[in-house]
Amino acid sequence: MSAAPSQHRVFSPARIAAIASNTLLELVRLKVFYFLLIFAVAVIGSSAFSVKFTFQQQFQVLKDVSLGAMGIFTWLLATLATAMLLPKDIEDRTLYTILAKPVPRLEYLLGKLAGVLLMLAVALALMSVVFVVVLYWRQQAAISETVAIYPAGAELEAALRGIQQETFNANLIPGVLTIYLKAAVVASLTLLLSTFATSSIFTIIVSVGVYFIGHVQPIAREYWLAASGAVDPSPLLKIFFGFIALVFPDFQLFNLVDDIVVGTAVPGSVFAQTAGFGLGYVAVYTLVGYLLFANREL
Amino acid sequence: MKVKLLAFAIVAVFGAIRLPLEEKLSEQRRAAFFHGAKLDLEMRQRLGQLGFVAALGGFRAIIADLLWIQGHSAWERTEWGRMARIFDTVTSLQPRALLFWDGAAWHMAYNASVAAREDPKQPREALRIRAEREYWRLGEDLLLRGTQNNPDRALLFDRLGMLYRDKFKDPEKAHAAYERGRQLPDALPYVRRFAAYELAKIPGREQDAYDRLKALYSEGEDERMPTLLRLLSELEEKLGVPENARVYTPPPPSPR
Repeated sequence: MSAAPSQHRVFSPARIAAIASNTLLELVRLKVFYFLLIFAVAVIGSSAFSVKFTFQQQFQVLKDVSLGAMGIFTWLLATLATAMLLPKDIEDRTLYTILAKPVPRLEYLLGKLAGVLLMLAVALALMSVVFVVVLYWRQQAAISETVAIYPAGAELEAALRGIQQETFNANLIPGVLTIYLKAAVVASLTLLLSTFATSSIFTIIVSVGVYFIGHVQPIAREYWLAASGAVDPSPLLKIFFGFIALVFPDFQLFNLVDDIVVGTAVPGSVFAQTAGFGLGYVAVYTLVGYLLFANREL
Repeated sequence: MKVKLLAFAIVAVFGAIRLPLEEKLSEQRRAAFFHGAKLDLEMRQRLGQLGFVAALGGFRAIIADLLWIQGHSAWERTEWGRMARIFDTVTSLQPRALLFWDGAAWHMAYNASVAAREDPKQPREALRIRAEREYWRLGEDLLLRGTQNNPDRALLFDRLGMLYRDKFKDPEKAHAAYERGRQLPDALPYVRRFAAYELAKIPGREQDAYDRLKALYSEGEDERMPTLLRLLSELEEKLGVPENARVYTPPPPSPR
């Protein structure tokens, strides 16, 4: 009469989705989205701050501050939220309850990472909405001021087109996506660290350290790859540069936003390669994290 | 221990695979004008420790904006020297931001120079003129560095041409700047006209200038600006173009 027991699958996307949705719910309950208030204040504040400037400068400051704040908040969220996931599950004993069931550790890790990535996506989407609304509001203000002072005609239409071009352009989309990719790399790296760390503090400190070293990694790489004669660091220093270049990620790869804001167009191939690197980092860090976590005594 | 070594080996092998690819991508980005900023010891001294760390951490655009606001406050207090230092840092942090180069050069070459020329604390006119020229040169230097960092954008070439035309009164340099600017896709329509106007002022280049102005004239009514008509007429006079071959004949002076 009773239903036949469902067959256990070795790898189940449904289980990963269940862990991911629980992780997201857990993070939402921790009220992580309250930071949006600070973000909104920063964006609106910056827009009010720059009223003395020309409309081009106002838009540039608004975009810089908004996209910069998006970068800061997603980085902080990725680091802090991910660093506390495993220690919290261990402290609450949730981890043991989950792993006592036929849930492979890989699925557990993937689920946790997917939960954080979802949370980051929601956070970035909400910040983008605030940013677009404020930018649109400033754009409309600039348009109505221009319409009020200039008679209708071809010149006015050209001026209005100029204002529209200064505010929204398609390059902002790859800019926001690279912010997300960077945060995803930080999250996977922090998860990797937390698989062998003994406390959240350790994970956070090391993750922040790697984040800053990752921004100078291109300099180390340049020295390491430089042809002999061009730059001649001592052999010991060269080994050190090589170590930095090989082990640490290049976070400068994901800093396209600063140049996008000032009007530099991102070629499709550059964006595709940057996205490829981002996905590569996430995959490798998750794999290494799994290796360490699979052998960790809990 | 073996697992940790294996984990480290994977990270290192991944590093070895990605390094040449990352270097290649960096080159592509440099070619697409994603220069970044030169964050060296000099910049560390200018920004202070916190600002430098923030700039290194990928927040240089925000640091540049904050400094720009400081520069604006310095302008309101007419602290020209402080402004020059701030603008130097801002433009180094965001070398692709045309507005920073343009605004900084305008403050130096137009505002600061006039203030120096009319400085009531300096009784010697020669020294006031000298100070004025120094600010012109600061503006010129900013625009030259701006164009080096943005050779694909017309705005700063346009501004450089204007500076040479209005301040240095050097039509040769003004023409060269406008000429570079007009070849770029985002050049405004007046830039090519200005290039021809400046060419007309260079001794020995009258024929080139005449050909260019004539070509503009034949494009239609929109190009037939008063300056263009005046220069055409002057050049036709100067080159001795026969009456029947002249493109433009100025209307007779109206009777009083």
